[in-house]
Amino acid sequence: MKTRIQQLFENKHSNITSVYYTAGFPQPDATRPILKALQDKGIDLVEIGIPFSDPMADGPVIQASSHQAISEGMNLKKLFEQLEGMRTEIHIPVILMGYVNVIMQFGIEAFCKACTQVGVDGVILPDLPMHDYLEAYKPIMDAYGLSMVLLITPETSTERILEIDKNTDSFIYMVSSAATTGAQTAFDAKKQDYFQRIHAMNLKNPCLIGFGISNKATYDAACKNAQGAIIGSRFITCLRQHPNDYAQAVDALLKQLQQ
Amino acid sequence: MYQVNENGYFGEFGGAYIPEILFSNVETLKNQYRAILEDPSFQQEVDQLLADYVGRPSPLYHAKRLSEHYGCQIYLKREDLNHTGAHKINNTIGQIVLAKRLGKTRIIAETGAGQHGVATATVCALMNMECIVYMGKTDVERQELNVQKMRMLGASVYPVTSGNQTLKDATNEAMRDWCSHPVDTFYIIGSTVGPHPYPDMVERFQSVISREMKEQLQTKLGRNYPDYILACIGGGSNAAGAFHHYLDEPRTQLIAIEAAGKGTDTDETAASILLGRLGILHGSKSLIMQTEDGQIIEPYSISAGLDYPGVGPLHAHLARTGRSTVLAATDAEALTAAMELTRMEGIIPALESAHALAGLSKITFKPEDVVVVNLSGRGDKDMDTYLRYI
Repeated sequence: MKTRIQQLFENKHSNITSVYYTAGFPQPDATRPILKALQDKGIDLVEIGIPFSDPMADGPVIQASSHQAISEGMNLKKLFEQLEGMRTEIHIPVILMGYVNVIMQFGIEAFCKACTQVGVDGVILPDLPMHDYLEAYKPIMDAYGLSMVLLITPETSTERILEIDKNTDSFIYMVSSAATTGAQTAFDAKKQDYFQRIHAMNLKNPCLIGFGISNKATYDAACKNAQGAIIGSRFITCLRQHPNDYAQAVDALLKQLQQ
Repeated sequence: MYQVNENGYFGEFGGAYIPEILFSNVETLKNQYRAILEDPSFQQEVDQLLADYVGRPSPLYHAKRLSEHYGCQIYLKREDLNHTGAHKINNTIGQIVLAKRLGKTRIIAETGAGQHGVATATVCALMNMECIVYMGKTDVERQELNVQKMRMLGASVYPVTSGNQTLKDATNEAMRDWCSHPVDTFYIIGSTVGPHPYPDMVERFQSVISREMKEQLQTKLGRNYPDYILACIGGGSNAAGAFHHYLDEPRTQLIAIEAAGKGTDTDETAASILLGRLGILHGSKSLIMQTEDGQIIEPYSISAGLDYPGVGPLHAHLARTGRSTVLAATDAEALTAAMELTRMEGIIPALESAHALAGLSKITFKPEDVVVVNLSGRGDKDMDTYLRYI
């Protein structure tokens, strides 16, 4: 049986828009309404960030949203409570993104079980190396039917990209540049070369480009070179600007991606 | 059995939990560091600098009045006499020579009290390399002298305003810089923490401490081992260096003293081995002070150098296997021990080292016991604190 993620990529081959936001931001109970607003506005895929106190791969915008969420009591248990029953109204794929320590303390098995129960489709753990994933996490995640989304970067060797492609059954998260998360205004020629190099590899999995997508130039570059784009920090900024109207925050984001 | 294994683990602790962007950089380092460290020309360059520039070997001093007071034979390993005032430079010398051999052009570092920052800025001046130091804003304010030294040495010091604005946050920011400059930049980590191979590499660079201890004890006492070694432990680099050559010497008891802050039964503490749980922080699996949800707890200690919520994987392993004994000294105990050493021996220790000295009153010694305390640094940087409390 095809997963929700696989179905998405089967039905849509380009301009896939994936949006990230931090669970429990801008209010502790915002998680579900934001998810609904994103789906209603036609977003294809959603990544919900599990807040962590020390997010190594994140820039200032996501750091700040994580700290606010944690200080207001957000945690993984609450997140699963909020997502409970979401599949009655949410049909787009939902992925959880977080750092390994939080998952480890919750218990990897308990985490996978809870994900499956509420209808989460996949997981992204940016500080979990592929080798550790294959050894310790994959067997458990496979048993629960959860997909792991692995990342590739401009520094990832061709050999390693092929290995990542081999061990992926959803999509590949292509990190646009050597950077933490956060807005960039344009992708220079070197990054475009990297996009084209990956494009030419004809990987079996689709790719989405993330990190730095914030406007038309970066969004279009991502859509041109991969199946779509992942936007995080820019949406968090929109939520900050429209903290009580999530639909308006999504509209603001979509508008910025056309400017 | 206390060495790192091929996967980068000490027992169940260690590993390399890093974002994919750093994989290639860390993998190259992992594949090359041992060969470079074992290269005679590398060793010669490092040893020469340690001798002529740092001032090694550091003396092993028989502290007679302190010995009388505690009823045993106390020797102080005088890392406080090194250039820049602490053991930190043993490691930065090694790493900068390594960075040069790997063709890196840009150096980054994190610092808490500023000792590692100064030691890094110093070797960067020496080698004419660009140097960027991340330091929590709180620490920038409370360690102003060291900030001025780093800037005079030519380093750029970036105050970090995330989190509690101390060492943990400075390390996060250094990691983020590294993620943004994965090719040209070498990250000189200051302690036995971070992703493999850093914990092992830093331990090797600091192992000069116990290497000298062996020779010095042999010359002074006709036996090359002590009954006890006491060292303070934050991330664990001075303790790793002081323990290294005695890890397989069963006649030597290894005592690690953590910072209890206001007490291990309070919320204001930095005793990560005693209070931590298995977790992942800054690239390795170790004992971490954290909430039930896995959020890292902001630690507290009067000593900025021990104010860290984790500990190097080696030390977590030594403690869990029973090879080391872990004690904790409070702020007050450290201050008392600092004053005691100052008045009995005329040596003002760093606040970090004062925690090691505070361990002396927690152990019952026999008169013939030979006890080495690793005096990891001098107290110049802590004068404001000392004047306030004593």
